[in-house]
Amino acid sequence: MIPEIGHYALVLALSVAALQAAVPMIGARMGADNLIMLAKPLARAQFLLIATSFITLIIAFVLTDLTVSYVVANSNSALPLFYRISAVWGAHEGSLLLWVLILSAWTFALTLFDKPLPLKLNADIIGILGIISFGFLLFTLFTSNPFDRVIPPPQSGRDLNPLLQDFGLIVHPPMLYMGYVGFAVPFAFAVAGLLNNQINSAWAKWVRPWTLIAWAFLGLGIALGSWWAYYELGWGGWWFWDPVENASFMPWLLGTALIHSVVVTQKKAIFKHWTVLLAIVTFGLSLVGTFLVRSGVLTSVHAFATDPARGVFILMFLAIVIGGALLVFTFYKPDAPQEPHGSALSRESFLLTNSVLLSVATATVLLGTLYPLMIDALGLGKISVGAPYFNSVFIPLMAPLLILIGLGQRAFWTNDSFRRLSNAAKYPLLATIILALGTWGMIDDTSPIMALFGLVLALWVIFSTLAGQIRHYRSSKKLTSPYLGQSISHIGFAITVIGITLVSSYGLEKHLRMSEGETTTFGGYEFRFAGASAISGPNYNGTEAIFLVHSENKFEARLAPQKRNYHSGGQTMTEAGISPGFTRDIYIALGEKINDTDWSVRLNIKPFVRLIWLGAILMALGAITALGFGNATKTSHQSQKSYRINTTTRISE
Amino acid sequence: MRQLIPFSIFIILIIFFAIGLTKDPRLIPSPLVGESLPVRQLDELRTAETTLLTSNLIGSSFILNVWASWCAACLEEHHLLMELATQDAIPIVGLNYKDTRQDALRWLDKNGDPYLQTWFDPAGEFGMELGVYGVPETFFVDMTGTIRHKHIGPLDRSNIAKAIDILNAEQNSSL
Repeated sequence: MIPEIGHYALVLALSVAALQAAVPMIGARMGADNLIMLAKPLARAQFLLIATSFITLIIAFVLTDLTVSYVVANSNSALPLFYRISAVWGAHEGSLLLWVLILSAWTFALTLFDKPLPLKLNADIIGILGIISFGFLLFTLFTSNPFDRVIPPPQSGRDLNPLLQDFGLIVHPPMLYMGYVGFAVPFAFAVAGLLNNQINSAWAKWVRPWTLIAWAFLGLGIALGSWWAYYELGWGGWWFWDPVENASFMPWLLGTALIHSVVVTQKKAIFKHWTVLLAIVTFGLSLVGTFLVRSGVLTSVHAFATDPARGVFILMFLAIVIGGALLVFTFYKPDAPQEPHGSALSRESFLLTNSVLLSVATATVLLGTLYPLMIDALGLGKISVGAPYFNSVFIPLMAPLLILIGLGQRAFWTNDSFRRLSNAAKYPLLATIILALGTWGMIDDTSPIMALFGLVLALWVIFSTLAGQIRHYRSSKKLTSPYLGQSISHIGFAITVIGITLVSSYGLEKHLRMSEGETTTFGGYEFRFAGASAISGPNYNGTEAIFLVHSENKFEARLAPQKRNYHSGGQTMTEAGISPGFTRDIYIALGEKINDTDWSVRLNIKPFVRLIWLGAILMALGAITALGFGNATKTSHQSQKSYRINTTTRISE
Repeated sequence: MRQLIPFSIFIILIIFFAIGLTKDPRLIPSPLVGESLPVRQLDELRTAETTLLTSNLIGSSFILNVWASWCAACLEEHHLLMELATQDAIPIVGLNYKDTRQDALRWLDKNGDPYLQTWFDPAGEFGMELGVYGVPETFFVDMTGTIRHKHIGPLDRSNIAKAIDILNAEQNSSL
């Protein structure tokens, strides 16, 4: 009975979505305020219905209701409670339900903060979100209904994929979806803005906080996924340029361009076309990502069960929503001609370069991800594009980006001079050179030049950001949230770069065969294989090996990597033994058993690998800080204005 | 009309996606097709005798089916292999992959044994050499020991027939 309530609520949500998509927008065209006013209650009703549906699915999983085929396929009564709950979004059907739930939650949130929006613009925004929701609900109900029954019920459920039985997977998809789906809000703003010819500073000011929140969530979601892959897949890598990873990384990259471009549109009322296009394409890439993951056109370690009907549906949806938005964009003509840009050396021009670099980076990732598909479509054969391509095209784009962050954030709006800017940059540059030379002396000759290069660029960003923050604080006498947030995010980015540089230049790896009681020395540590014993968990059996790690007679860690055999799926999983640390991770993965006493073993030393995720957390934290609270934003505008007057720069506001 | 550019690029992308949907990404050609089957010492599953298992089969073409008792899809194709074995059309050799001897034998007793012989690869090392990344996978090997075709995933009637045709065609052309 309970699953039927969920199913029914979902059907009702579909009809409410249809009304939400049609009524407010028609009302806006007819000038019928009573119809426009329906936007808010419809959006809220929809959220409640989808939430009801989601809760009933959770109940079905908690009770292990084996008459529901989605439960049978993904859960098992032996599964611990929190994995039974997270199993709700462990496969295709439930993930989609989570997708629409989050979309309706975003729409609900929008109805809480719609005060400053013009009535018609708001009606269109809610309407466009209704169209998206309608499409996805239709998709869920017709191709991927999580409430389908199986009669008679089987004896037991099949179990959740063991890879997904993990804390990282409880939180990773919801975070990622908050980001993915969150970009639907800037998208709806963009299309509604185009339809109402209201792309201006005020529009940018409204859309900016939503973009920042979505971007922060997406970043955290990606970082969580990377962390999960690191400890759960047992390969010791933290990024694989897998199509599914790329699918989440592309909207993040372009979203980064968007959060910068929208600031320019807000402050100077320029870059309008560009900002709107970024908002459309960023959400477009979220949908492309959904298509790539769900349709199975690309093979990936994340492969969900695939079904061609699903691919066709998402593709049609993508074509209608994004194609439609781009058509609206094609015919958009702003009322007033765009204000001429400032001089070649200004904050705007730096931000334009930022946009170009990030868009090119996104395009290279997109090309690498789709290349196998295109070659196949053209009948030229089957190929796969791997990490070497991405590393060789992506890194050269990040280097100029890092240099420009350091300069761009110090540049004045509208007009700056080369002399003033080099003056502002001289102390950070000096500090970078001193510290880099110091490091150069410390590291040995075998150090790759790339390591020094990466460190110099990251240090430059950090020092330059700190100098800018200090300067800003001195002149405004307080910490203002947009500036502080920007500083935190930039420093976070630099910290991630340092982590990537160190772990890829100085990481060590060794495969070897070890027998029980054997000791080996590697990377300055002594590893003793103390022994292996059988273990059993709630839904698996396996072997656990014990390793004792010492450095220079000091005890470092006791690591217990495992090999697990899950009962119901029969899958074998490697659980790496990791000793985490700020300066290094020691990482041991158990390979195959060779004979009664011998195992193949992989040892890894990962210097400063944690910085990668610490930096990602800081980036998201910065975005949240930049949202500002109440008066903070206003004060910052005033202070920035007075700051500019003090420094006698031309202002054209 | 510069503003038309994004829309045009998007349309091209959609066309590629639509064509992509009609293709099967699992049809990855194995680099081993056209190469000789590696010769290794492996245990036979039932007799536990270690033999140089590839050498004694050369002289006849055969099907090498990679399977495991824990693999649900293997059961799906199993009746076809049983059918093929009773027809005596072509010898079938099993490669039991990442399994235990006990489980594997119990599975064969329960579901029937279509295999002329079954090689035992508990650590998946031979499977690794063959580039196996999912079970079941099936290799079609000609009489000279050369791999002629590889199928990923469960077999069905049409793709068995197709593969045997490829095998016969290659054989006739090389004779």
